[in-house]
Amino acid sequence: MSIKVFIPRDSSALSLGAEKTAKAIAAEAAKRGFDIELVRNGSRGLFYLEPLVEVETAKGRVAYGPVQPKDVSGLFDADFLNGGSHPLNLGLTEEIEYLKKQERLTNARVGITDPVNLEDYLAHDGYKGLANALKLTPAEIVKQVTDSGLRGRGGAAFPTGIKWNTVLNAQGEQKYIVCNADEGDSGTFSDRMIMEDDPFVLVEGMTIAGLAVGATQGYIYLRVEYPHAHKNLNTAIAAAEQAGYLGANICGSGKAFNLEVRLGAGAYVCGEETSLLESLEGKRGLVRYKPPLPAIKGLFGKPTVINNVISLASVPIILDKGGEYYKNFGMGRSRGTLPIQLAGNIKRPGLIEKAFGITLRELLYDYGGGSATGRPIKAVQVGGPLGSFVPESQFDTPLDYEAFAANWAVLGHGGVVVFDDTVNMATMARYAMEFCAIESCGKCTPCRIGSTRGVEVMDKIINNQDRAKNIALLRDLSDVMLNSSLCALGGMTPYPVLSALNHFPGDFGVE
Amino acid sequence: MSQPDWDKNTVAQVIESLKDKPGAMLPILHGIQDALGYIPKGSVPLIANALNVSRAEVHGVITFYHYFRDTPPGKHTIHVCRAESCQSMNGSDLEAHAKAKLGIDYHETTADGAFSLEPVYCLGNCGCSPAISVDGEVHGRVSPERFDEILDEVRAQA
Repeated sequence: MSIKVFIPRDSSALSLGAEKTAKAIAAEAAKRGFDIELVRNGSRGLFYLEPLVEVETAKGRVAYGPVQPKDVSGLFDADFLNGGSHPLNLGLTEEIEYLKKQERLTNARVGITDPVNLEDYLAHDGYKGLANALKLTPAEIVKQVTDSGLRGRGGAAFPTGIKWNTVLNAQGEQKYIVCNADEGDSGTFSDRMIMEDDPFVLVEGMTIAGLAVGATQGYIYLRVEYPHAHKNLNTAIAAAEQAGYLGANICGSGKAFNLEVRLGAGAYVCGEETSLLESLEGKRGLVRYKPPLPAIKGLFGKPTVINNVISLASVPIILDKGGEYYKNFGMGRSRGTLPIQLAGNIKRPGLIEKAFGITLRELLYDYGGGSATGRPIKAVQVGGPLGSFVPESQFDTPLDYEAFAANWAVLGHGGVVVFDDTVNMATMARYAMEFCAIESCGKCTPCRIGSTRGVEVMDKIINNQDRAKNIALLRDLSDVMLNSSLCALGGMTPYPVLSALNHFPGDFGVE
Repeated sequence: MSQPDWDKNTVAQVIESLKDKPGAMLPILHGIQDALGYIPKGSVPLIANALNVSRAEVHGVITFYHYFRDTPPGKHTIHVCRAESCQSMNGSDLEAHAKAKLGIDYHETTADGAFSLEPVYCLGNCGCSPAISVDGEVHGRVSPERFDEILDEVRAQA
């Protein structure tokens, strides 16, 4: 019988050479006459160990990593196909502390299954949520999601059940489900991992959303920077159609749902929901005024559920195990789990799905092991380019939407980017303004002009030109952007700028 | 400046096959760029005509999105990530190295037509910063030395 060897095809694993490792293992096995079955799974999200090779043994999957082609011959010598000992042997994968301590609900299958194999998905509890949803009325499905306490994981944290209820009650012969897969925030990759490593869970979540609100067409608006996700989503959609999980008659229920992936084209602002809808309609991604809400007048003017990838991918487990089950994870008004993405200058970066409530300090040191460079961590930016910089004095803040808001910070999409003490925060503040200027859609003046003026003011501050006066001007400008921009791009660029200034005034030349 | 010759038939075929989709503009632009590597200026009236919008509207969409280009790219396109996570791992040094090594700035193509260089704001590889992508394939933990190796590997594939 052939031995199963797992080598990830996730883009981060590939970016560290997983393809070459896979080829080397296949070639060496052929040379030595071993019968192996190479499974290209997703990544477990332990990027410090990628390329992570796993072997199926009687005791469970044994991990080796990071494995480069030069290590392959030695691994065969050490009988790794039977879990033999070797310096790269990490023991049973499930017992690796980093993974063992996690609470993987949304990412339950990520790294375990072959992402585009429907059989594998079904064998690991796939489509159980849809099976339950098909037995419920639309209002009952919405109630499960409302009861779960799930809030939008894209960053705004709006209760998903309330949004769905609005669309359910909206009148319209055509409604849409739109998945916001324009994950443009630096430090985030959990959407990408779901789409590459378990695309069926997103397909299932969107199908359930369609049943819940009476929508028959879904679109996944995917950023063009994710070609592997594009390929896997299309493969999964085709397989789901083939097996009757999508199409005119879902699982024989007589209900229809169709799904199509549409590509963005490198505009960060299209992650803003109304800009995304404009883009899907074939226009420039200009932000719309609200109201009307997309739930009432969304895509092509029709009632539309627009949710982030993680929100939608969390729906299958909620429908499988019930809203109450999901709600029992978390703290305060932040219910369930958050796939946290530990990134930047960190020794052990990766995907960490945990119930809300873990502190930054636990993440940075217990999981992350401190900075990659070994220098002190000076600040972390949480929640992407529009998130505040958080100083060491606030590292005991629990990951909770309200606790972060109380510090004038945001949890956003759960991305944590770590900086060591060599970072200059005035440079980062300047970059935040520059990024806003590059990505502004141009519709509102505070964002379009404010960001350009912001770069100029930052240059003057950095060059010690009328510093006190220009810092006052920067605060004034930030106030205008905060309070009068049309969307979060202009409205939240002051978060990184002012948090940098307030927590690290020395970097701005202020005593 | 005159545009190089472009394949009008391919453009027409792409437009014809996609024009009836709801919101067909971006799928058409992607289709043309996938086929030709860029969106020739001369294709703008064809798209406008098929979608019943003005040429200004089509031009507006093409120029709004960073990814679309109206000039032919080099044989290989390198995207270097400029975002925060990569900056935290000396991404700025990598950017400077890439420009110096190739002898070009962003949005330019080397004189031999081999490489185009573009900035990108996140490749979703933030656990392996700094990152670049070459023709869509992402590379992680790219030191200046590793950048040179990757260039050599890509050249060798030629």
